[in-house]
Amino acid sequence: MHLGPFLKDALVSATTGGRRYHVWMGTLTAVILAGAYAYSLQLRHGLSVTGMNDHVSWGLYISNFTFLVGLAAAAMMLVLPAYVFEDVDFGRAVLIAEGVAVSALVMCLLFVVVDIGNPLASWHLMPGIGYLNWPRSLLAWDVIVLNGYLALNLLIPAYILYSRYTGRSPAKKKYLPWMYLAVMWAVSIHLVTAFLLAGLPARPFWNTALLGPRFLASAFTAGPAFVIVLLFFINRETRYTIAEGAFGKLAVITTVAAQINLVMLGSELFYKFYSPTHHGINAKYLFFGLDGHNALVPWIWFAIGLSLVATVALMIHPVRRSPRWLVTACILLFVGIWIEKGLGLVIPGFVPSPLGEIVEYTPTLVELGVTAGIWALGLFVLTVLVKVALPIELGEVRSPYLTEAPGAYRVVRPRSTRPRHDPVRPVRTR
Amino acid sequence: MPDERIPGSASQAPADGGPRGRSILDKPVNRRWALTVLAGGIAAGAAAAGACRPLSAASEEEKELKLLAWREYIKGNYRHMTEAERAETIARLERLAQMQRGVDVRIQATDAQPGVMFGYAFNISKCKGFRNCIEACIHENNLDRKAETQYIRIFEMKDGVVDLDHGDATFQHEVPAEGHFYMGTQCFQCADPPCVKVCPVCATWQEPDGITVVDYDWCIGCRYCMAACPYWARRFNWAAPEVPADQVNPNQHYLGNRARKMGVVEKCTYCIHRTRQGRLPACAEACPTGARVFGNLLDPDSEIRWVLANKKIFRLKEDLKTEPRFWYFTD
Repeated sequence: MHLGPFLKDALVSATTGGRRYHVWMGTLTAVILAGAYAYSLQLRHGLSVTGMNDHVSWGLYISNFTFLVGLAAAAMMLVLPAYVFEDVDFGRAVLIAEGVAVSALVMCLLFVVVDIGNPLASWHLMPGIGYLNWPRSLLAWDVIVLNGYLALNLLIPAYILYSRYTGRSPAKKKYLPWMYLAVMWAVSIHLVTAFLLAGLPARPFWNTALLGPRFLASAFTAGPAFVIVLLFFINRETRYTIAEGAFGKLAVITTVAAQINLVMLGSELFYKFYSPTHHGINAKYLFFGLDGHNALVPWIWFAIGLSLVATVALMIHPVRRSPRWLVTACILLFVGIWIEKGLGLVIPGFVPSPLGEIVEYTPTLVELGVTAGIWALGLFVLTVLVKVALPIELGEVRSPYLTEAPGAYRVVRPRSTRPRHDPVRPVRTR
Repeated sequence: MPDERIPGSASQAPADGGPRGRSILDKPVNRRWALTVLAGGIAAGAAAAGACRPLSAASEEEKELKLLAWREYIKGNYRHMTEAERAETIARLERLAQMQRGVDVRIQATDAQPGVMFGYAFNISKCKGFRNCIEACIHENNLDRKAETQYIRIFEMKDGVVDLDHGDATFQHEVPAEGHFYMGTQCFQCADPPCVKVCPVCATWQEPDGITVVDYDWCIGCRYCMAACPYWARRFNWAAPEVPADQVNPNQHYLGNRARKMGVVEKCTYCIHRTRQGRLPACAEACPTGARVFGNLLDPDSEIRWVLANKKIFRLKEDLKTEPRFWYFTD
């Protein structure tokens, strides 16, 4: 009986806001529409409108896909301490992190769909009417884990929010098992995506045991970094305050993961370059260029530079504890890893080709348009999710069928998400 | 198919919206604005043409075309079709080729013959880099002329180095060049093909006679197989493939050289439509130097068996354990 008003209130929440909110959503919508137009061109003329070719057969789309899988996975990592160990500082961050996971997954799935040459045939993937080559194909695994993860991340927060909305306390018995599952699932989506690439001996650049762990390390870096930036804005712009402790913990996670990420990168570089073999030729192309072909060289060094600077900055306590510097370092890390785990991971796998031919890749305007459109859609989804969730979490939006006064809300809030220090100490932003 | 519609609808557009089109034409335009208008017009025109079609008295032929296209869309994977279903889809495809491209084709569904396992051997002493094989392959297999798709690559290699990294497949000079030898690659029809393992929808598989084939109508175009192939043997239809109607080879096989569509993967099938009828692949037949030896590995009297038994042979990237059924040898 609460579902109707729940959906209606959600719609109202999502569509009302200040001028800045509308400008933000309007801009995103414009970019989404431009992306949709670009995709319509691609649908009509095929993937020939992209910069991909028989040599570099995956490009910007799959690059963004591999990066965003990491973002989706890492967001869930914050859930572990919050719900399982009842770490109350994290409580408020978690719902936001799940919103990040959902929007990252939406982007992941869209990047795969736009990369498919014959999207109308995608029903061939459905078990029953099609044939899913499971368990042999890692791509089949990926289809399963990504969709499953999306379902988990939609249903758990939906249940919690709906419970809050209807004035009930979410029953731990009902959601905690799924939570454990989701956390393990988060590791799996990233490992499966890494194995998808690492399982190809044809591409020595990916065919390394370290690829999976490197994926996890960079995901643990970029994911919390993104959540920190997002929480910083939410903390500043809304009444939904985030405990200072949550920022501190997130910052430590990010810092440690960034350090591990760099260690693994160093290990990879040593392995590829100390005793250069034929298998290191793609890495040579990426880091130093090959026979005058060096399209990716500036990108990868720029990315490594960003990661290095940000990691070192985060290791300095006063810098990490200053919200402004923290956010700056997180943005640098995020961009650095986006380049490294996106373009810097996918493209060099194809250059040079298995037969040693060098064909470079440059994305086209259409490709950039579609990519921008999907990112805008992801941010749109994230904004809506956050916009709907916050007032319910704050107890400002509740089912009209509830008779108690709004103040009664606090009584029914579950222990796990109740800030220990109430009222919550807001983090200093200036 | 959509490509054919665009020029038509664009030329119809002025007739539909005459005055509006004129006023646009009268304005001084810069390039970018013109492109924007043009692109928008094409999109609107194509949409209008598509939308209006069912309203206009749909001729019997158009109805039939729609029905055929729909039946083709919902059909299953070739490997799991019954004999009757195979016959039906082949009849549909032949009819569609007639209606859409005006060509009469014969599509076979010849199965692998018992006791046959195809193998190929390439004599690097004999190949002189003439590339007649590539030419023959293009025509035999109806390869996309616009994108200049080629299954075969002939690498020009410096004497003394057997490393494809130092080879050049784009040479444009008189052959054979002094101090060089030539090495051809194509799909090696591996016994343990990595491309087959990775396909998420089982759209590609190995036939009992060792040929790895693609069901072009089942492929979703994810290109995972292209990433998995260590020999760069697979090609993708980045746009709708174009073969002039008068150059179409009408002798086709469902799993071989029949018309491909936009957005799917294709590959060399050792000319499945010829070899399953006891003929040589087009490349072997076209080779003027006799560098190509093709045959049945299970026939002890075949030439390929003689080569394998009496020549010093090697394969590319043996360390990957894909067991190619394609060997190189020297005189």
